[in-house]
Amino acid sequence: MIETIQARLSRFLSRTLTRPRIDLPLAVGLFALATVGLVTLYSAGDESMALVTGQAGRFVLGGVLLLLISRIPPSTLRSWTPWLYAGSTALLVVVAVLGEGRGANRWLNLGVMRFQPSELLKLTMPMMVAWYLHPRQLPPSWKDMAVVGLLIAIPAGLIAKQPDLGTALLVTAAGAFALFLSGMAWWRIGLLIGGLGGMIPVGWHFLHQYQRDRVLTLLNPESDPLGNGWHIIQSQIAVGSGGMFGKGWQHSTQSRLDFLPEHTTDFIFAVFSEEFGLIGVIGIMLLYAFIIGRCLWIAMEARDTYSRLLAGAIGMSFFVYVFVNGGMVAGMLPVVGVPMPMISYGGTSAVSLLVGFGVLMSIHANRKMHE
Amino acid sequence: MKIRRSIKDTRGESALFRRRALAGFVLILLGLCLLVSRYMLLQVTRYDEFATRSTNNSVKPRVIPPARGLIYDRNGVLLADNVPAFRLEVVPDKINDMPALLTELGKVVPLGQDDLDAFKKQLQQSRRFDSVPLKMRLSEDEIDRFAVNRWRFPGVDVVPYLTRRYPLGALFAHVVGYVSRIDADDLARLDPKLYQGTSHVGRTGIERSYEDVLHGTPGYELDEVNADGRIQQVLETHPPVPGRNLYLSIDARIQKAAEAAFDDRLGAAVAIDPRNGQVLAMVSIPSFDPNLFVNGISQADYSALTNDPAKPLVNRAMKGVYPPGSTVKPLLALGGLEDGVRRPEDTVLSTGQFCLPGHARCYRDDERYGNGTVNMVRAIELSTNTYFYKLALDLGIDRLSAWMSRFSFGGKTGIDLVGESEGVLPSREWKAAHFKAGWFPGDTVISGIGQGFWAVTPLQLGHAVATLAGHGVPYQPRLVMATKAVAEAQPQPLANPATGPSLISKASNWDVINEGMRAVITGGTGKGLNDGFPYLIAGKSGTAERFSRTSEAYNTNKNSAYLAARHRAWFEAYTPTDDPQIAAAVVLESGAWGAQDAGPIVRKIFDAWVVFAKGGTPPVDAPLPKPPAAPGNEVVPDQAVPVEDVPADASSSDGATP
Repeated sequence: MIETIQARLSRFLSRTLTRPRIDLPLAVGLFALATVGLVTLYSAGDESMALVTGQAGRFVLGGVLLLLISRIPPSTLRSWTPWLYAGSTALLVVVAVLGEGRGANRWLNLGVMRFQPSELLKLTMPMMVAWYLHPRQLPPSWKDMAVVGLLIAIPAGLIAKQPDLGTALLVTAAGAFALFLSGMAWWRIGLLIGGLGGMIPVGWHFLHQYQRDRVLTLLNPESDPLGNGWHIIQSQIAVGSGGMFGKGWQHSTQSRLDFLPEHTTDFIFAVFSEEFGLIGVIGIMLLYAFIIGRCLWIAMEARDTYSRLLAGAIGMSFFVYVFVNGGMVAGMLPVVGVPMPMISYGGTSAVSLLVGFGVLMSIHANRKMHE
Repeated sequence: MKIRRSIKDTRGESALFRRRALAGFVLILLGLCLLVSRYMLLQVTRYDEFATRSTNNSVKPRVIPPARGLIYDRNGVLLADNVPAFRLEVVPDKINDMPALLTELGKVVPLGQDDLDAFKKQLQQSRRFDSVPLKMRLSEDEIDRFAVNRWRFPGVDVVPYLTRRYPLGALFAHVVGYVSRIDADDLARLDPKLYQGTSHVGRTGIERSYEDVLHGTPGYELDEVNADGRIQQVLETHPPVPGRNLYLSIDARIQKAAEAAFDDRLGAAVAIDPRNGQVLAMVSIPSFDPNLFVNGISQADYSALTNDPAKPLVNRAMKGVYPPGSTVKPLLALGGLEDGVRRPEDTVLSTGQFCLPGHARCYRDDERYGNGTVNMVRAIELSTNTYFYKLALDLGIDRLSAWMSRFSFGGKTGIDLVGESEGVLPSREWKAAHFKAGWFPGDTVISGIGQGFWAVTPLQLGHAVATLAGHGVPYQPRLVMATKAVAEAQPQPLANPATGPSLISKASNWDVINEGMRAVITGGTGKGLNDGFPYLIAGKSGTAERFSRTSEAYNTNKNSAYLAARHRAWFEAYTPTDDPQIAAAVVLESGAWGAQDAGPIVRKIFDAWVVFAKGGTPPVDAPLPKPPAAPGNEVVPDQAVPVEDVPADASSSDGATP
């Protein structure tokens, strides 16, 4: 029995390495993105090689996880989904009770490493929604939508309470995209968005003061040039001063030299924009668009509802990262803790993203055959 | 319908998903386009604005204050030095809650009330983004403790600076003065461009009067700084121009000997080179430690100094005013000669008292029965009051004060210090301005012996006797004889030309006065003062009385503070008589008699001068050496001689060696 398990495991691992089940265009896109990320990080982190090797190590770890997960058939993933979802949500509760972190209870200390359980939800959330909708008649009924809403709201509420609005937003978006892709009628979508819009004043009431300040500061950053507005102003100066062609790699005077807080993490794209200019921004947006497009392509070719919804939701939530972080850096959206995918420094984010792409690779490998 | 619900329409669902995915992708592309357009707005449309702001943002000019010029004595002994120190500075603009910051900071680096008061005062006067010094001269321990906690205090930094130190302390406190922190009044008068980054300004003495020379011109550097204002890299440096070093004409060793000669008795001494007006020594006893003031004197120290009845902060040499007494007699005699109202051989009978013709009031001589018949030389030698009562009357007050004003009595000598007192030169105008009564002949009489309204500073008398000794050629007294920029090899002498032609029209007039003052030393009140001294000394004592011997003056003054004052002992002298090179005036506030008490102080100054300025081995029989040509050539800056090595009392015995 043990021998069979060992034999199966070794066969699984050897196949993972010898015959990887990956989608080459997506892999190339991700590799290019990771390269841009490391190059930018080197500059943004004041030429700190330790920072770059650390991040590269996480990419490698994420890549290995990607390859391993790509070997797991979507049907297996689907069968695990309720447990993964329940487990990650339970961890959120644990964090809420005894977590630690910089003024926000979002970290879980595992001794060897600290991680944010909310990161897990970025993947387990669309998985759960896809799992729930998979056997259902689509477009979903009101009842199904209500259940999905609840599935999203519980963990998202826990994350928002940490408080980590950025991740809550991403988790919510991931679930909502699965719902959107399931064919939910446009008028219902309109109704839902309208309803949520109507909830904004209520939601405002529940925001922390610093979160309100961030929103208010966005509207008038000059009102507080050294407080909350500092991020916004400095970031915009960095971006704007990059101009069309940028100041060149390692020449970001503005953001590299600590003018910008969080210049290796949330605001690293300001460094990128300053150094590579609008040309660089357009280039990287095209790269993101390509990756998202490829994800949706894989989703369209997927064999079953679960795979389709999951692949599509992962791809579309990738856009949310880009849009929220890019909008924040450009002073278009309030400052929330959403990293620029594959570019911002940070372990959990890079690994969880690549794990998500591992799922996509698996879905691609198990795509339906064309008749 | 039921079947449709139970069996999924996979093909239809796939098509639905395809449409949704496409719709989603289009929305995403629109979103990315929206994002790119925002970047386009920032990077293309508003590029110029942000490029400018970026440059201004990361590159900040930082003023580098110039190093203050050093002050040396004539031989290169350091009198004012710059020593590196560290201070705590706060940029108000970066502090949200200043009281909270000061409370928290106080737990790390102890802040005294004096520090806080000075800081708050300056805080109101400085711009938000200029850093304000909070605590000067941090100790090593304080620097370490702040370094550990620095992250807690953005906008607070430890800044290196040069602080002023006066190695000889009290010895030069009144001459060199001191610097202290810039206050509100200073900010109003100082050029902000020159004083950016400078925390101290000359407050008294040379430090004040030569502020513009000592200060220098600030430079600046272009720093690449981060959001905390911490310097990451210096892009460009425009070095400051340090202030010029000053060389005083004072010889620290003579100064030391003069100070020691007072033996802690209150008074002042001024020694001047009659050939050029250079001050060779200037002391005021008691003195104080100027180093106390540099970084803010504590309230306790300050009140101790201000409440001290001996008033150590007052530079008696130029601010103390005393009746000159008999010291004005040689000068008055010279005036009699110059104005032609006396010939040297004219005699006056001194009977013990002099009565104004037609008045009942009489004025006394020192000797009860007078000095008999005296000519001018004899009158100077014996300090015969009657001779000078009559001379004053014959001159009249107008001619008397006109003549005396040429020695700067009643006015400023023009020394290169701020704040000298003018004293009082008796005149009709002065009395009319200060009293309701008109001028009486009696006022003229007592003016002839340096009493009455007379009040002079030791500097004025020193200047007058120097002018006399220099054959009447007037020079403004000068403390600084040369300046030197750091880059210059040699100190540049400061020109101090004579302020006018000689006051003396005939050399024989000078000879008469010289003879009279010489006679004071050989047979008069200064007898014995020349013993063992290699050169001939001429001088005159003066003992100003606490009240005039006339009953009228006594009555007017008996209830005033004037009565409480003690005798003022004066001595003025110069040497060598055939080519005077040093002239001195000394006052002792509590001296009994001028010659006995102030005379030896003058002698000790002269002794030190012989040893240190004339080469130590007084050439008694040899012909006098030629005086050094230019003042600047005498400066030997690198040859620092520690003043502590000067044997204060040995100098007089050296001088006494034949």
